[in-house]
Amino acid sequence: MKINDVILRTVTKIVIFIILTLSVYLFFAGHYSPGGGFIGGLVLASAVVLMYLTSDIETVHKGMPFDFKLVAALGVLIATGTGFASVIFGKDFMTQAAMKLNLPIFGETELASVVLFEAGVALTVVGVVVTIILSISEDE
Amino acid sequence: METLMILLIGVLIAVATYLILSKNLIRVILGTAVLSHAVHLLILTIAGVKKGNVPLLKEADAPYTDALPQALILTAIVISFAVTAFVLVLAYRTYQSNGIDDLDGLRGPENE
Amino acid sequence: MNNIVVLPLILPIMLGVLLVFLRPYVKTQRVISLLTMAAIAVVSMIMLGRIQEDGIMRIDFGGWKPPFGILFVADSFAVLLVLTTSIVTAICLLYAFSSIGEKRENMFFYPFVLLLVAGVNGSFLTGDIFNLFVCFEVMLLASYVLITLGGEKAQLRESLKYVLINVLASWFFLVALAYLYGTLGTLNMAHLAERVAEAGQDPILTTIALLFLVVFALKAGLLLFFWLPGSYSVPPTVVAALFGALLTKVGIYALFRMFTLIFIHQPEVTHLLINGMAGVTIFAGCLGALAYKDVRQIVAYNVVIAVGFVLIGLGVSTEAALQGAIYYLMHDMIAKAMLFLLAGTMIYLTGEKRFDKMSGLIRNYPMFGWMFFIVMVSLAGIPPLSGFVGKVLIGQGLIETSSYVLLALAFISSVVVLYSLLRIFLNAIFGETIISIEDEKPLPKGMLAPIVLFAICTIALGFGAEGLSSYVSDAANTLANPSIYIDAVLSGK
Repeated sequence: MKINDVILRTVTKIVIFIILTLSVYLFFAGHYSPGGGFIGGLVLASAVVLMYLTSDIETVHKGMPFDFKLVAALGVLIATGTGFASVIFGKDFMTQAAMKLNLPIFGETELASVVLFEAGVALTVVGVVVTIILSISEDE
Repeated sequence: METLMILLIGVLIAVATYLILSKNLIRVILGTAVLSHAVHLLILTIAGVKKGNVPLLKEADAPYTDALPQALILTAIVISFAVTAFVLVLAYRTYQSNGIDDLDGLRGPENE
Repeated sequence: MNNIVVLPLILPIMLGVLLVFLRPYVKTQRVISLLTMAAIAVVSMIMLGRIQEDGIMRIDFGGWKPPFGILFVADSFAVLLVLTTSIVTAICLLYAFSSIGEKRENMFFYPFVLLLVAGVNGSFLTGDIFNLFVCFEVMLLASYVLITLGGEKAQLRESLKYVLINVLASWFFLVALAYLYGTLGTLNMAHLAERVAEAGQDPILTTIALLFLVVFALKAGLLLFFWLPGSYSVPPTVVAALFGALLTKVGIYALFRMFTLIFIHQPEVTHLLINGMAGVTIFAGCLGALAYKDVRQIVAYNVVIAVGFVLIGLGVSTEAALQGAIYYLMHDMIAKAMLFLLAGTMIYLTGEKRFDKMSGLIRNYPMFGWMFFIVMVSLAGIPPLSGFVGKVLIGQGLIETSSYVLLALAFISSVVVLYSLLRIFLNAIFGETIISIEDEKPLPKGMLAPIVLFAICTIALGFGAEGLSSYVSDAANTLANPSIYIDAVLSGK
């Protein structure tokens, strides 16, 4: 029997972009206000899970052909890597750096290495959450 | 406020204890999940419910609330999330291979 | 700048994660994991040398000065345990190469071993009690995976209990942390020790100390060891060996830190209780070791006895007893890993779990038989093997404080250990050969070599006790005088 999920499909098409935008916003907001890699990653993961709910696993896998276990591993590698980079520069482990730059369009912008760390965290969260959901739902 | 929170924590712990002591596996796992929430609330309460401003750089003109408990709780939530997910999958797999979701049945044969 | 202190944690994490990407290349995974362990061993040796010269090292993460940031503190005690951990893990990995099987190797076995080591090393080195909780969880999650990997029926059944017990203990740990933070307002161990000393250890703090005692006793298998024999007898041999060698030791380490650094002002309550619990643990462990005929159960109860024995050293807390406990801890990590490997290999060779169904293994596998003899003698504490020094020093501490009941119990336990293993030795290793030459399963060199390496280690630790003594006495000195640790952390260099 085919489940009638027209409403879910239609709403998802619109909502998914809102969720993705919100996740990007939360990710960048995390520097001075509430937000950050963890929360941004969770929201992003919820978008992915929503996609899995509306279309089946194969379809989503065609659009995003990567193993989410590896995404999580990559995230951990980036996060620990930024911590380790400070060792290479001769600073204490996990020391972060920040600088102010005048970029052409954005004007004065603050660039901080902690963003890279947060990107690692976000990737880890996305990878782990999606892996968990998939491994619970996959077999019958 | 603190008294109310403590009462809530007490209720949660009672619920968790009841669930953990039951024989059904899923109930036990739900019990550990409820227990984790109780403990997170305990950290929040015992370290002091909101006293001052938001502990953010932009708004740090007034005395601000201790942000450490929140950081601790966030870490603990992540850990409890991962552990609960793992235990759920493990319970499911155990149910699949042993065909039992009852702790009595998981005792294992005698003299093994 | 002491970035070297963080290497025992960060190397296994980063390389372990790297191995996830190398999933199809099992050979590369083996080489990398072994090299990682070797690198950590070298790093910890360098650290030991530097601690001798410059005192305790510490690293403040991100440059946040204590007590505000998270930090790692390396004193001789922690680094000696890190060194032993890396050696034991390296040899266990060698055994895994020939025994663990392709199925598990493909399911991320090596990454999880490395993550387990990362958690263990992190727990040893951290100077922040919440970070200790996190490192415990890293270690436990890796251990959950390792114990369930393979997914056999009995394995899943026992591991479920192991996981649930540990989850419960973790939440107790968090409750204790909440109380501690609520009362003292800090989580840095040295700062905690200072504040406890300033405030005096009032009944509330003693209660919190007892809560910590319960938590770590569950993890270490002190008195609350009911989960241990079941869950240590289901996973593959190597995993059981790693667990037996490392996991309980982390709990023991945490008990040592808590009750030599922070909660030291009410020894008539806390330390007396530890002594009592350790005594009962030894007694119950002895009963268990004598009651069973299943080789793995006997070995698991031997772990319990050792836990009680080491913690008597903590309960007494004289400098000699602490030295003895440190020696014995290192010895026990090596000897228990070896014992688990031997028991697993016996089961592999004969296909039987009960020792009364095996016989005459020494004719078929002479070298293997003598290895069992060595580990038996070593665990019984016969000189010049490694168990001797620890036992004598703990005994000395017990005599100094004239606790003769514990002394008697401790040394009777040695006899029981000897007897329980001698039963296996006489029945299974000596005696009539029941395996004919044709049926004889070949003993792979890859399985025998690690056991021989462990035997060399235990002999070397016995003969080399003199060479280690400067490090061990420094470690015991730091444990006996917490002010050294506190100054090193809070002096704000």
